[in-house]
Amino acid sequence: MTALIQDYLPIVVFLAVAAAIGLALMAAPFFVAYKAPDAEKLSAYECGFNAFDDARMKFDVRFYLVAILFIIFDLEVAFLFPWAITLGELGTFGFWSMMVFLAVLTIGFIYEWRKGALEWD
Amino acid sequence: MTIAALFFYLYAAVACASAFMVIAARNPVHSVLFLILTFVSAAALFVLLGAEFLAMILVVVYVGAVAVLFLFVVMMLDVDFAELRQGFLQYLPVGALVGVIFLVELVLVLGTWAVAPEAMRAIQAPIPPLDQVSNTQAIGRVLYTTYVHYFQLAGVVLLVAMIGAIVLTLRHKENVKRQDVGRQIARTRAMSVELKKVEPGQGI
Repeated sequence: MTALIQDYLPIVVFLAVAAAIGLALMAAPFFVAYKAPDAEKLSAYECGFNAFDDARMKFDVRFYLVAILFIIFDLEVAFLFPWAITLGELGTFGFWSMMVFLAVLTIGFIYEWRKGALEWD
Repeated sequence: MTIAALFFYLYAAVACASAFMVIAARNPVHSVLFLILTFVSAAALFVLLGAEFLAMILVVVYVGAVAVLFLFVVMMLDVDFAELRQGFLQYLPVGALVGVIFLVELVLVLGTWAVAPEAMRAIQAPIPPLDQVSNTQAIGRVLYTTYVHYFQLAGVVLLVAMIGAIVLTLRHKENVKRQDVGRQIARTRAMSVELKKVEPGQGI
């Protein structure tokens, strides 16, 4: 157990360095930068328009569909990793159980392909 | 106190604090970012438990995909959140009532909780020691053979999610010209070009 945790020491060091650099970069402007706030500095530059609408507009729901389909195949691939590692000791049954799993998801993949869910019109 | 315990308290504290900030943050986009921090802390706790595979899957699936989906939803919502918070006091009694009911249920469940003696043996038995078999290997040994039914059910759940998402959201627009490569290739000169012999002065 402790050997396992020792393997993650570089990641902890990495996180600490990243946090230190990030905090330093965020804190430095408060101490170093010259401050002279002015409303005109934040306004639209020269001939630019002022914002006339909210950023919260309705997206096409199609973006959402693409994200959901991505998650599903992401999970399918996640199931493949332990199977690939232990394939040698699983035997025929383990091999075919994964093939059935993949076949079920291939049915869904064919369905979504034929429905044109992967196309953008 | 060992180093592992120290890191456990560190990540547990970060997880609890960021989980609180998920519901306390005013901006919903900040809520999603705190949710991602909670996921990452939970992944670190999994690593401390020795469950490496689950930790990495948590990062890949939840941080990489589910959080992005939440961000989509939050950004898609055409809702004025300041307006939503207006009726806070009005809904407070109902919300408090529901919270108290949940608390009573939790106390009842935890108060009458009894762990079966054979349950501890059942969960201890199949886990091989970590220095012999890695975590991912231990999962792979049982998931595809001993627990094949749950595995196949997971596949069916994914299929249902896929079909459900398509049925609910897919609407093709009318009158959209699509490219059909097969038809384009199958087209011959005879199908599209016709040579007419036009007599002078008569037109077609």
